[in-house]
Amino acid sequence: MEKKNIITRRTALITGVSAMGSLLLGGCSKPTPPTYGHLLRMGDIFTYEAQRSLLNVRALSKEYSRADISSFPATGSINPSDASLPGFSKDYELLHRNNFAHWKLSIEGLVARPASYSMDDLQKFKSRTQITRHTCEEGWSAIGEWTGVPLGVVLDHAGIMPKARFVTFYSYDDYNQSFDMIDAFHPQTILAYGMNGKNLPIQHGAPIRVRMETQIGGQSIKYLKRIVVTENFVDTNKNGDNGWAWYMGI
Amino acid sequence: MSENTSRPVKTYHSLWVKISHWVGTLGFLLLVFSGVEIIMVHPRLYWGNAGNDLMPALFEFPISRNYHHGGWAPAQAIFDQPNSPISAGRTYDIFNQNGWGRSLHFLAAWIMVFSGVYYLVIAIFSGHIKNNLIPRLKELTFETFVKEIKEHLKSSIAYLKGPQYGLLQKLSYLMVIFILLPTIALTGLTMSPAITASYPFLLTIFFGAQSARTIHFFAAVLLVLFLLIHIWMIVKSGFKKQLLAMTIKK
Repeated sequence: MEKKNIITRRTALITGVSAMGSLLLGGCSKPTPPTYGHLLRMGDIFTYEAQRSLLNVRALSKEYSRADISSFPATGSINPSDASLPGFSKDYELLHRNNFAHWKLSIEGLVARPASYSMDDLQKFKSRTQITRHTCEEGWSAIGEWTGVPLGVVLDHAGIMPKARFVTFYSYDDYNQSFDMIDAFHPQTILAYGMNGKNLPIQHGAPIRVRMETQIGGQSIKYLKRIVVTENFVDTNKNGDNGWAWYMGI
Repeated sequence: MSENTSRPVKTYHSLWVKISHWVGTLGFLLLVFSGVEIIMVHPRLYWGNAGNDLMPALFEFPISRNYHHGGWAPAQAIFDQPNSPISAGRTYDIFNQNGWGRSLHFLAAWIMVFSGVYYLVIAIFSGHIKNNLIPRLKELTFETFVKEIKEHLKSSIAYLKGPQYGLLQKLSYLMVIFILLPTIALTGLTMSPAITASYPFLLTIFFGAQSARTIHFFAAVLLVLFLLIHIWMIVKSGFKKQLLAMTIKK
């Protein structure tokens, strides 16, 4: 029974000091997205490294039951086929007219077989359905059921190359977003075509949006158009210096 | 009297107390500043896991133009059943400065964490908490309480030398260090989708992500209240003397 007290002061101190050390080393061993010499961006990268070092990166986000599904606001651009709203896209309007029959998702960059995937192609993969909480950076949250194909499955199908380090998403409403390989291959990161048992509605990102459950809601990009896999961080000056952190696990 | 003669009386704070006090003050003020900005983006509080503009709020603060902004597209029922949750598109760009607000909040939180851990490690191992903060048994009487409350309500209170704190002072410091600060740190972490994936018990102990946000807010209110009373007591017991003891006095 005396052995119970296994965390001594010394081990606690050593663990703490070595954890701090690994954080600092982690910051040096591989290049991270640019900070633009900006103090807030440096803080963001420190938080990113800390979360990568201290958390179980494969842990699943909590999944809820159907009874927990809640009302769900759609924010940001809510219809890129409407010329009177922000985020309008002529290409998207044409696709929408044909009920997205001609929609294809292009996967490019560091993959052995770059290709365009139609909705049929994507729905042939084994699907994943998850009832998860969308955490908006504004402060609200909502619970919804999402059905789609795990991004990792599609990237493996396209033949992801070992050098690949970032996956960048481009959308019809002129938005883009990138993940590191850890989040791209997280089991709950899916290309969602279904919401709450129906086709994904326009206002929530039809025909396909990303669902990324261990980051803030804005990272789940809607109206997906193109995925590019790269070795270097794609700096579109959209996520770096416009005030938003690149990684938002918190 | 015997205590005063048996130990030499320090009339100033130790260097490590001064450092952690002022670094922590910087972190705390930045957290309050960015925290106010963050609550203004969505000035509604909820209980449970989900909560958003399409759901009733527990509290609604009439601050910022995001309060009752309207601007929603007609709502659609999610399920074909009475009382179904709804989905609606927001047609209105909200006031949102969360990009820098969030990054500053997390940077300031790191400052708090580092000064807090630095303080706690020394405070525990040096005996500061045991000797100076935990009340003696003989202090813990109803009479002392009544006497101290009466003293605090007078226009000026006695200047206690060094870390020989009064009973109310000891209890409020202990409450801040061991209840309010840990609660606000943990509820903050409970709002992170990456952290709750690794540590889902956080969602259980705080009754959900939105409850954690609500508790986080009220803990912040109590901490600001503590700060105001703290400054009031410093002024009443001799602002200059107290400030010197926490800064240049050796």
